[in-house]
Amino acid sequence: MATDVQRLERSWAEPAGLLAWIGTVDHKRIGTRYLVTAAVFFAAAGVEASLMRAQLARPDEHLLGPERYDQVFSMHGLTMIFLFVTPMLSGFGNYLVPLMIGARDMAFPRLNAFGYWVFLAAGLFMYSGLLLGKAPDNGWFNYAPLSIQPYSDGPNIDFYAIGLLFLGISTTVGGVNFIVTILKLRAPGMSINRMPIFCWAILATSISIVFAIPSLSVAAGMLELQRSWGFHFFDTAGGGDPLLWQHLFWIFGHPDVYIIFLPAVGIVSSIVPVFSRRSLVAYDWVALATMATALLGFGVWVHHMFAVGLPQVSLAFFAAASTIIAIPSGIQVFAWLATMLKGRPVIRTPFLYVLGFLVSFVIGGLSGVMFAAVPFDQQVTDSYFVVAHFHYVLFGGAVFPIFAGIHYWYPKITGRMLDERLGQASFWLVFVGFNLTFFPMHIAGLLGMPRRVYTYPAGMGWDVYNLLSSIGAVVLVVGILMNLANLVQARFLGESAGPDPWLANTPYPRPPTTRYAAMVKNPRVAP
Amino acid sequence: MRRRISGFGPALGRRTPLAIGAVLLLTLVAAGCGENDQSTLAPKSSASDQIARLWWVMLVASAVIFGVVLVLLFVAVLRRRGAEPATTKGGGLWIPAIGGIAIPVVVLTALFALTLRTLPKTSPAAASATGLTIDVVGRQWFWDVSYPDKDVRTANELHIPVGVPVNVEVSSADVVHSFWVPELNRKIDMIPGQVNRVTLEADRAGVYRGQCAEFCGLQHAHMAFYVVAEPRAAFDAWLAREAKPAPAPATPELERGQQVLLGSACVYCHTIDGTNASGKIGPDLTHLASRRSLAAGLIPNSPGYLAGWILDPQHVKPGNKMPATDLSGTDLQALLAYLESLK
Repeated sequence: MATDVQRLERSWAEPAGLLAWIGTVDHKRIGTRYLVTAAVFFAAAGVEASLMRAQLARPDEHLLGPERYDQVFSMHGLTMIFLFVTPMLSGFGNYLVPLMIGARDMAFPRLNAFGYWVFLAAGLFMYSGLLLGKAPDNGWFNYAPLSIQPYSDGPNIDFYAIGLLFLGISTTVGGVNFIVTILKLRAPGMSINRMPIFCWAILATSISIVFAIPSLSVAAGMLELQRSWGFHFFDTAGGGDPLLWQHLFWIFGHPDVYIIFLPAVGIVSSIVPVFSRRSLVAYDWVALATMATALLGFGVWVHHMFAVGLPQVSLAFFAAASTIIAIPSGIQVFAWLATMLKGRPVIRTPFLYVLGFLVSFVIGGLSGVMFAAVPFDQQVTDSYFVVAHFHYVLFGGAVFPIFAGIHYWYPKITGRMLDERLGQASFWLVFVGFNLTFFPMHIAGLLGMPRRVYTYPAGMGWDVYNLLSSIGAVVLVVGILMNLANLVQARFLGESAGPDPWLANTPYPRPPTTRYAAMVKNPRVAP
Repeated sequence: MRRRISGFGPALGRRTPLAIGAVLLLTLVAAGCGENDQSTLAPKSSASDQIARLWWVMLVASAVIFGVVLVLLFVAVLRRRGAEPATTKGGGLWIPAIGGIAIPVVVLTALFALTLRTLPKTSPAAASATGLTIDVVGRQWFWDVSYPDKDVRTANELHIPVGVPVNVEVSSADVVHSFWVPELNRKIDMIPGQVNRVTLEADRAGVYRGQCAEFCGLQHAHMAFYVVAEPRAAFDAWLAREAKPAPAPATPELERGQQVLLGSACVYCHTIDGTNASGKIGPDLTHLASRRSLAAGLIPNSPGYLAGWILDPQHVKPGNKMPATDLSGTDLQALLAYLESLK
């Protein structure tokens, strides 16, 4: 006599065969696909970062010429933001949200699969430019009029504009899918104020996506119209305005920072209670802070443009908005601290990565608040101080949580445990390497080193900090490779995870390949 | 019973982040005191001084906040650890209420007030309140500098009198650049079709390096310039000298050098006041020999470097707009001699 679960498994089983494998609409398979594809792009971005650090290790280095260096730094930024962090977090969302809310799958499974394939195609399209030696070479925010003829004659920027248009489609359908899934498909009894905090994060991010991406798509579309069909949106000679690009880009660009950051803190809010052995303190506040961040994120874009010559009254307004946005982040940081203080923390690799996140993110948050002080922003913007700041926020604030999430959910996805000692050793290498790479950049920036220079003269006081950064990068790369080794070995040699490897006191449906509703007992602690 | 926390491993590991932070903070302070050509922490004007003070205040406040968070984190992780789940539910709300709302509201309000107080001191003064106006146009990849009152045009070098607020009006002839002399003031973007202003007022005589801060293409890294602040008399003498046309060739060799220049493609891009060379695309060469550097701060202005630049500028600064010039040895010698005479 088959149980309900066995009957469900049978009727929902995936058909076998290559075509079925390609055509799958299963949210867990698509989620895993996002995770693996994003990891491959992460490796590419890592190679690009290593090339930059090799070039900048010494003054007046000739390893890469300006043409190569510009493509490498542009592809590094584009890859990390558009092809690694966003899809990686989308992968976690795809895999986990339906399980967490007790849904059979995403609301629109085919649209979900469509989103993945468009993302893959757009990523490969952008990288095909690199194979031709004609990759985007104007940075990830690609200011006009450097992005248009006659200053960019080659196809480089077309790879950028068209690639982003398609990525925009992929991200938007993903966002819509998450919103509908979370709002309409929650299991009976799971009111929205009992939903796992990770789902709040994905909901907030998805709402941001739906409102922010149109601005990017419009900008990329106008750019391609100007480049290929002779429109005049961004050139003064034709009556256009270069600042139009900056506004359109940053109206998307700043919310995008939170599109990256919010799911990452959703992971943190999932992991902190489990390893603190108690429920999250101030669940309601954290959920509200998540939504508030997404909302306020739309009102601060001009702090990327404080040096373009705006009137003081605009500067003051956006300075105030940029100051206020620190508060929701503060609430979350102290809610996590309170959870740990009130709990009985157990240190395991996922939690170590969360602690590494907290330390890095607090530094990045504090240097971020400094940019709301307009005169200081105008002094250090576009210097290495900014490079240091946003790596603390994006690497510290998103990549550390991603590593935490990978360690935390690897047993759930594969059924096997990662090696704990290897995991902890890799954490310390990543943590030390990260700080050694990016902390000195604060100082190089304060000493006047502009960002996006392919080389710099000796005798400016920048040499030692750049050398330290390059040494740190080596340590960081070793740490990341150690993580990779751990992931690979555990796939074949790892211990069996069992039903509840972290003693999480959460519903933990063990069989990873079948899809059935999670039996949600305690929604406030994540699966 | 106290168990060793596996995650914190050897004692070294426990102190590593603190030690790194302390060492880096010390080097930062040392860097602030040292002499660097382009440091935001070595202000030579009241505007940059205001910004540096703002930085030090924010740094101290941040260090305190970071220290508190770090202590809380260590206390949380090292205290009461264990595998038994905590039985307590609820409670602890006061921690985010104080740490996440009350303290930030106070600190951020103070920061905003400080920002509003500093802002006017780094904002451009009214043109009428300044003693001199200089126009700077950014071009890929050099700085086209002119003094509109005196009909003076030069490149990659601004001379200003000490103690006088100077109104710098910046724009761009091609892509977005950014005008930045960290020791004298904040940066200001140079945007095509728009004139932005920044006030420079040096406290003391000296040479201050500036550099383009907005990515502007292949040679963004090599778009530097110098601001030479000198006493009023020296500045006036410099300006009077620059306002004169180029000296006429005084010897047959200089004569020949001038002919080489006027007979070559140089004239399409460069101006030498007093001759037929009147191109506007490249830097003005009327008083080339009086300048400190060539190729926007990239190489020193000496005959050897100048010769290398003329023969193969693409080797020195790949991607720049100047083509190579093929000259015989004697023509090159004459041209160099002529250019060196343009004091």
